[in-house]
Amino acid sequence: MVQFTDWDILKNLLLAARWTILLSLLAFAGGGLFGLILTLLRSMRSKITTRIIQTYVEIFQGIPLLMQLFLTFFGLSLIGIEVDAWSAAVISLTLFSSAFFHDIWRGCIEALPKGQWEACRTLGLTYLQTMRYVIVPQAMRMSIAPTVGFSVQIVKGTALASVIGFVELTKAGTMINNAVFEPFKVFALVAVLYFLICFPLSVLARHLEKKNHVAR
Amino acid sequence: MSYQLDFAGLVPYLPQFAAGLWATIELTVISTLGGLLLGTLCAQGRISKDAWLRRSCSCYIEIIRNTPFIVQLFFIFFGLPALGLKLSAWQAGMFAMIINLGAYSAEIIRAGIDAAPKGQWEAGQTLGLTRRQVFWHIILLPAYQRVYPALVSQCIIVMLGSAVVSQISVEELTFSANFVQSRSFLSFESYMVAALVYLLLAILMRQTFALIKRFAFKNPSL
Amino acid sequence: MSLVSLDQVHKYYGENHVLKGVDLKVEAGEVVSIIGRSGSGKSTLLRCMNGLEEYQKGAVIVDNQSVENDDYKLRLLSRSVGMVFQNFNLFPHMTVGENVMLATKLVMKKSSAESEMLAKELLEKVGLADKFSAYPGNLSGGQQQRVAIARSLAMSPKVLLCDEITSALDPELVGEVLKVLEKLKQEGMTLILVTHEMNFARDVGDRVVFMNQGRVWETGQSDEVFSNPQTEELQSFLAAVR
Repeated sequence: MVQFTDWDILKNLLLAARWTILLSLLAFAGGGLFGLILTLLRSMRSKITTRIIQTYVEIFQGIPLLMQLFLTFFGLSLIGIEVDAWSAAVISLTLFSSAFFHDIWRGCIEALPKGQWEACRTLGLTYLQTMRYVIVPQAMRMSIAPTVGFSVQIVKGTALASVIGFVELTKAGTMINNAVFEPFKVFALVAVLYFLICFPLSVLARHLEKKNHVAR
Repeated sequence: MSYQLDFAGLVPYLPQFAAGLWATIELTVISTLGGLLLGTLCAQGRISKDAWLRRSCSCYIEIIRNTPFIVQLFFIFFGLPALGLKLSAWQAGMFAMIINLGAYSAEIIRAGIDAAPKGQWEAGQTLGLTRRQVFWHIILLPAYQRVYPALVSQCIIVMLGSAVVSQISVEELTFSANFVQSRSFLSFESYMVAALVYLLLAILMRQTFALIKRFAFKNPSL
Repeated sequence: MSLVSLDQVHKYYGENHVLKGVDLKVEAGEVVSIIGRSGSGKSTLLRCMNGLEEYQKGAVIVDNQSVENDDYKLRLLSRSVGMVFQNFNLFPHMTVGENVMLATKLVMKKSSAESEMLAKELLEKVGLADKFSAYPGNLSGGQQQRVAIARSLAMSPKVLLCDEITSALDPELVGEVLKVLEKLKQEGMTLILVTHEMNFARDVGDRVVFMNQGRVWETGQSDEVFSNPQTEELQSFLAAVR
């Protein structure tokens, strides 16, 4: 058996944490992009699109993320696309976060007072002008805090990629523990590393939210 | 690549699914009740006059909210025995879920408490009630009412999170799906069924909470 | 042809019949006050004149254009009809100047320089020339409302609709807004205002329309209506607000 010093444990965990961060960034970018497209589609106010997007959001918010990972992993191979754990994780985390991002951003748009729309209408602005110059800038400002807040959920969500065999922080923790069998120490360290990633984001989100409240 | 989905092949495994579903429901009901109680106590702790109590409550909330549930679960199940606290998989799963919901709901409930007009505290205190009495009799119910939608969503998130306790072999719904797929080799179908059941559970929970709301809050919404 | 003409306008909110056949004509240069209890349909009536509310029966014609629920037609109409709201509805993320210039650039397609000149001129008129670069959030309610008036004037409308524009203001700020309206009247602007300011309606308004139960209950020259109300409902209304 290989001898692990505490430093070895930490070093390996830190190396694995890179993958947690990379996976989080990809899911954030992918989910953000896809969520943005959903939000734009929804704002066209077509009944059918709205219904479809609503169902999409309900499904992704009503099924465990773990289940979504399994379904992506096994479902894609079923239709002939062999995916590795890495791609399956990226795909399902992207879909998962797109549903939540869409929900957050739609909420911000709907939270704007009706008077903003009415004022634009009486000034003769078109729908797109109203969105571009009045609605989106305000909704964006409002959405920054909850968006940062949700990024914490994404980081924590990446931990589930360990279950389908992707070696990120949590999986690395499990593997190291199997070698050294010091679960208390190993999992405490894993938790600390997650905390170090997530806590600053949480604080930032809270700070931004407070600033928003003062501004209004 | 034309694969025929074969849901009929799952029929013999219905008892497994049923058992898993029952376990998930049990986990959900107990952890919801326990978690909301813990969350309420913690929210009260956060506004306590005792600085140490305040700080420990914040610490607990931040630690839980900023680490993944699966890591909390592994720490409790694999790590705590090192401290002499040995829990069965079922107990560890339950404990983890309660602690998890406790932290999230504490934060939500506190937001509801913060939104209470200062006059409510003052009115209670001028009537001669202690701070604790004002909290439990005057502040708490409207606070729940204010944040009820967020609270419901959080309870559902924790129910969905229960899928993760399959990883320490708690025999709930996801565990059943894993078991069935390993026996029947109908992996996609098994997970599909489980996913659908979770979706229905989420809808059912939302409706149950809507029903509770009608009985719990008789005053017009705030 | 009158500038604004309503002919037997009916409006329903579901089962609720809020406007029950309203006839009203407003000539260019007139100042008409619409008064009445809350729920009498006066704001709804005003909002039918620029298409913010749909009506189910009858006709609304403003500046020879029929007001219909059609986005394109309503955009054209916005050049003839301006509106000022109770809650200002300024765009909080834009400066005062940007608020005023938004529509002149986007809708009237004026150049930036031209828009800026116009905006400064209008802000000067409402007494806020120095606030061009300020944000609405840093202004008092009365100042915000004056910016909102300038914003509507930038479209050089033929008629300005004012929906209880002093109701959200602290009492000491009402005067500065009413003074702007008086100035507009002197310049010949057509004003239709839903208002609680009875003194203003009497002293500045040409005509008063008393709405009751979704109908024009009583109407006439301001001084006559106030000194000699004909119907019992108007008498009790005036007694209550005084």
